[in-house]
Amino acid sequence: MRDYIRPAQPLQIAPEILDVMGWNAAEYERAAAPTYPNLIDEQHIVAELYNMNNVPMSVWIDEHGRIVRPAEPAGASDGFRTMDRATFKMAKEVADQGRIARKRYVDALRDWVAKGAASEYVLSPDEIRARIQPPSDHDAMATANFRLGQWLFSHGHADAARPYLLKARALSPECWHYFRQTLELEEVGKASGPDFFGAVDALGSRPYYPPVELKSARK
Amino acid sequence: MPATIIFGDKASQARSASAQGDNLWLSLDDLRQATGWVLKPEGVCQGDLCVPIPPRRREEFVRPDNSFNLGAFARLREQPVVHDDAQAVWFFGEAPDARRNGLLSLEAPDFTLPDIDGNAHSLSDYRGKKVLLLSWASW
Repeated sequence: MRDYIRPAQPLQIAPEILDVMGWNAAEYERAAAPTYPNLIDEQHIVAELYNMNNVPMSVWIDEHGRIVRPAEPAGASDGFRTMDRATFKMAKEVADQGRIARKRYVDALRDWVAKGAASEYVLSPDEIRARIQPPSDHDAMATANFRLGQWLFSHGHADAARPYLLKARALSPECWHYFRQTLELEEVGKASGPDFFGAVDALGSRPYYPPVELKSARK
Repeated sequence: MPATIIFGDKASQARSASAQGDNLWLSLDDLRQATGWVLKPEGVCQGDLCVPIPPRRREEFVRPDNSFNLGAFARLREQPVVHDDAQAVWFFGEAPDARRNGLLSLEAPDFTLPDIDGNAHSLSDYRGKKVLLLSWASW
């Protein structure tokens, strides 16, 4: 991604991997030979801190450590909902639309790198606060249950972990990373199987990846 | 019975722990090591911040043997708490108000995580650069 963006100013890209079994996921990254740090977040700490409820999501942080775009789907769109669920293939026009959405997002990122605060994609503080959905009390309890379940799982107590992981799902049903992580712990690949697509179908007309308004209204 | 205490991002063993329902009594040494909070005459303190113990409820928090009830303190601070009694593991999260206020301040909260080679990286290491923080997962 760094090579694609070709920053005119320093840009640090820091993907964080939300896998309770993160060291397995790390092998994907090793194969990709990235030139930027890939951080393993087995406890979903960054998701909690930045209120990320899905993957991929991204946050833009300026040179002063200020958030200039809050957590949002990073160029992801709902085209995957039409894919063939056995082969994971999708129609060419749907795939093309996905590529366009990703390019639009990277173009916006490139604009910010080049123009800094003058970029039309830098949101005002009021816009950012309006887009942030602060965690509810239920979300805080969901996090506590998830973190305890994750600790138990990673210390060899899978059966003991299960009720806490399920409670996290129940308390924050809109947090897809709790839902999918729990499925994956039950069975590798389950997070992309019928349970997942059943939950996506249950959204009906609601989006899985809410559309993102890229440009700031003030510019 | 010793307990594992996960307080925010830090996990530690408390040998002095004694659990009774949602109450977890600790020695003051274990309190400091597990949480960074210290009992002082003016309250329970961490750095410059002190949380007074409600005078009429002191026995809920401190016993004559100087053990301290971390469960009661977490309830006072409205921290989410979950515990597994069979494994003697307690998790103490951040109070929702504190998390909400942190998010709405728009200051990017710092964190430290290992990279795929085990080297620790903090967000604050990259101050002076723009940062794209991007999450993904293998599932």
